[in-house]
Amino acid sequence: MSLVFYISSFVAILATIMVITRHDPIHALLYLVASFLAIAVTFLSLGAPFAAALEVIVYAGAIIVLFIFVVMMLNLGKETANQEKEWLRLRVWLGPSILVLVLLAEMIVVLLQPQPTAMPAAVVTPREVSLSLYGEYIIAVELVGFLLMTGIVGAAHIGKHKKKNLHRYLQTYPNLN
Amino acid sequence: MSTVHAHTVLIVAAILFVLGLAGVLTRKNIIFMLISIEIMLNAAGLAFVAAGARWQQADGQIMYLFILAMAAAEVSVALALVLQIQHQHKTLDVEQLTALKD
Amino acid sequence: MQQYLFLIPALPLLGFLVLSMAGKHLSRNLIAGIGAGSICAAALVALVLSASFLQSPPESGAYTQILWNWFLTGHLSADISLRVDALSLVFICIITFIGALIHIYSAEFMRQDRDYARFFASMNLFVCAMLTLVMADNLVLMYLGWEGVGLCSYLLIGFWYETPGNYRAANKAFVITRIGDTAMIIGLFLLFKELGTLYIPDILTKATEHFNSGSSTITLIALLLLSGGIGKSAQLPLQTWLPDAMAGPSPVSALIHAATMVTAGVYLIARMHTLFELSPTAMHITAIIGAVTLFIAGCSAMVQTDIKRILAYSTISQIGYMFLALGVGAWSAAIFHFFTHAFFKALLFLAAGAVIEVLHHEHDIFKMGGLRKKMPVIYYTFTIGAAALAALPLVTAGFFSKDQILWYAWSADGGHPLLWAIGLAGAFITALYSTRLILVVFFGEMKTTPGHLPGAAMTVPLVILAFFSVAVGWIEWPHNLLHVSLFSEHVEHALPATTLKAGLPPEIVFQLIAVGVSLFGIYSGYVLYYGESPLLMRWKQSQGLMDVRNFLFKGWKFDQLYDTLLVRPFLFITRINKADVSDKLYTAIADINLHLNKLFSVSQNGSLRWYVTGVLVGILFIITLQLLL
Repeated sequence: MSLVFYISSFVAILATIMVITRHDPIHALLYLVASFLAIAVTFLSLGAPFAAALEVIVYAGAIIVLFIFVVMMLNLGKETANQEKEWLRLRVWLGPSILVLVLLAEMIVVLLQPQPTAMPAAVVTPREVSLSLYGEYIIAVELVGFLLMTGIVGAAHIGKHKKKNLHRYLQTYPNLN
Repeated sequence: MSTVHAHTVLIVAAILFVLGLAGVLTRKNIIFMLISIEIMLNAAGLAFVAAGARWQQADGQIMYLFILAMAAAEVSVALALVLQIQHQHKTLDVEQLTALKD
Repeated sequence: MQQYLFLIPALPLLGFLVLSMAGKHLSRNLIAGIGAGSICAAALVALVLSASFLQSPPESGAYTQILWNWFLTGHLSADISLRVDALSLVFICIITFIGALIHIYSAEFMRQDRDYARFFASMNLFVCAMLTLVMADNLVLMYLGWEGVGLCSYLLIGFWYETPGNYRAANKAFVITRIGDTAMIIGLFLLFKELGTLYIPDILTKATEHFNSGSSTITLIALLLLSGGIGKSAQLPLQTWLPDAMAGPSPVSALIHAATMVTAGVYLIARMHTLFELSPTAMHITAIIGAVTLFIAGCSAMVQTDIKRILAYSTISQIGYMFLALGVGAWSAAIFHFFTHAFFKALLFLAAGAVIEVLHHEHDIFKMGGLRKKMPVIYYTFTIGAAALAALPLVTAGFFSKDQILWYAWSADGGHPLLWAIGLAGAFITALYSTRLILVVFFGEMKTTPGHLPGAAMTVPLVILAFFSVAVGWIEWPHNLLHVSLFSEHVEHALPATTLKAGLPPEIVFQLIAVGVSLFGIYSGYVLYYGESPLLMRWKQSQGLMDVRNFLFKGWKFDQLYDTLLVRPFLFITRINKADVSDKLYTAIADINLHLNKLFSVSQNGSLRWYVTGVLVGILFIITLQLLL
């Protein structure tokens, strides 16, 4: 199992690096799917099949689809890619990268401080998860329900375009001339 | 290479998190920033699942579930905002959206 | 009777509470009913109380009622407790009786005023505070009443606060009396430190054992208490507030600034007479202050043109007589003069208020004139009051009390011929300006057309007061004329009798001189002010005399003196000290905050990535800290 874990982790990291360096949004999203799938495999190797399934369905499925929809709606294509290329200059990303690397170094130092412990190979089954979820975590589940509800209402409200009273022929388009 | 250590998994999660953070910091396009935030959330979820696996408890996965739900809600609202921003400002450059300046 | 003592201050307090809380929703009749009714009820209780007191005086010499313990701290225990002895009884009667008459008068006088309820609420509170002052059995409670009357005086002087200058007069009165009050409270602290009690009977008994006569401590205490009395009673050098205090409505001037509150100083000194007797220096100073004040204020009264200012200066002058009497040890004479003065000065103020009201708020006496026929009731009552002020022999109350003071000013133990001479000069001046007032206001030709005349609610109190201005003198005759001395017999339950010097000319000589001086003063006034007097015309053309007149008119320029001596230097100091060091500290705090704000608001630049970087740096900082520690 450990080999699976290492390979999938490697793939995930690699895909993620690709995600944050792409210029074209669609490319980035595709690498993101790859990264999510790799992490799903990692979950499997850690003995969490339920989480792996959710990762595939929700992250790699639903959320990515949302992104792709928006990218398509906004018609982000070559122009955006060129723009991104222009934006991603060395002096823009160098400073943040150094900071982030320092953070990573510190986190690794912190993580390596205690004695290493091996991960058990046993599986936490979906049955255990759901028993716990609808037992002791029932309140939290309900709260999450509220959260999703607010998400829906908020998204519907914010995403609504205000109706204009002018007829479209009467509207002035400055870029028409 | 026979066993995986707990800190190895956490280091992977940390690397993913840091990559997401680097994305948020370096990209100007809001869409890319949102994607990077998803990476960070996912890394946090990985850490939770790893902890759940380490202690053989279901709680890790349940937390992952909550993060998932939260990410879904966040993405839906954030993308609606992106649509509005593009509609009103005709740009996705986060540097130009400085209406909250002092 | 003892158990009903609390009713006397409680009834006005009740009136105050009702009027101040519900006054806006009550009809004018109801307001007047509550305001005047509470005082009338208190007056009735006081009447019953004094009847029983006179009939069978209590064995201890006082009625006492302990209501509750106010506070207890260390060795100081202050009770809310009342004590009525002969001295308090005189004051209670005056306060409630004259207060009731003035309230009835005000019910009509203030009828058109917008703040009818506020007026009666303040007046009721004043009466309550004044009664607390005179009924208190310890100095702490007395001080409460003392400050309470000061507060009400402030509120009522500034009653018409929308008229410019009135609030200034109110502030002036408050600030100047505060000087005296501060001295007084220091005196109380000192007294407590020395004797360990502020319970009045204890103080009086312990003081004689504790202090040597004339020791510096007792002199200091007595002088500090005297300062309190000076401030409240508008004596030199704190007298300048009283003429300005006439900005208040006339009933207020009558009740507070003539009959009751300004005599609180007299009460205080009479109440603490043992302390003063132990300190001859303080007694002399009291007498000198009284004498000088009565002369200075009398001179100013002579040349004023505002009818109420004339009366105000006259009040200062008459209280000067009381201080003179206190200073020479003629305790009962001082209280007797307070007693008669309260009647005729209240009468004069109320009648003056009526005149002012009828003449459409005209204060200048030289724009009045010829009112004798138009308003006979006011004319007669005013004349009686002025006659009492001028001490017209035998028929007015003022004669009996003033004559006594003049006699004691020489003959009493602390007396001196010079004091007597000043008092005599004051009597001449008093007679002169009283005559001037009557002749200018009521005789001659009419210069302002009168409006409609006051109704019964205003005239009946005038008539009653006029009756008493004549009659109360007859309860105390000079020893050599008739053997009636009801008043001094009564007061001597609480105050020591006056000791006389030996080997003086017979009393009748002094009386005849005093009578002659008064009559001469009246005659001089008649010569100068009846019709067109050539003498007065000639005086008016002389520059030197006009300068003197202006000097007196400005009240001996005390205001200017204080202005240059105290107010301007103080303002100067405040001006140059505007940016002082302690201020710098506070402005520095504000400045630093402003700068920090500017500094930090640079970070508030609206750039999301900048914020995230900030978060990252914060995380780095915390983790580094954790790694290092």
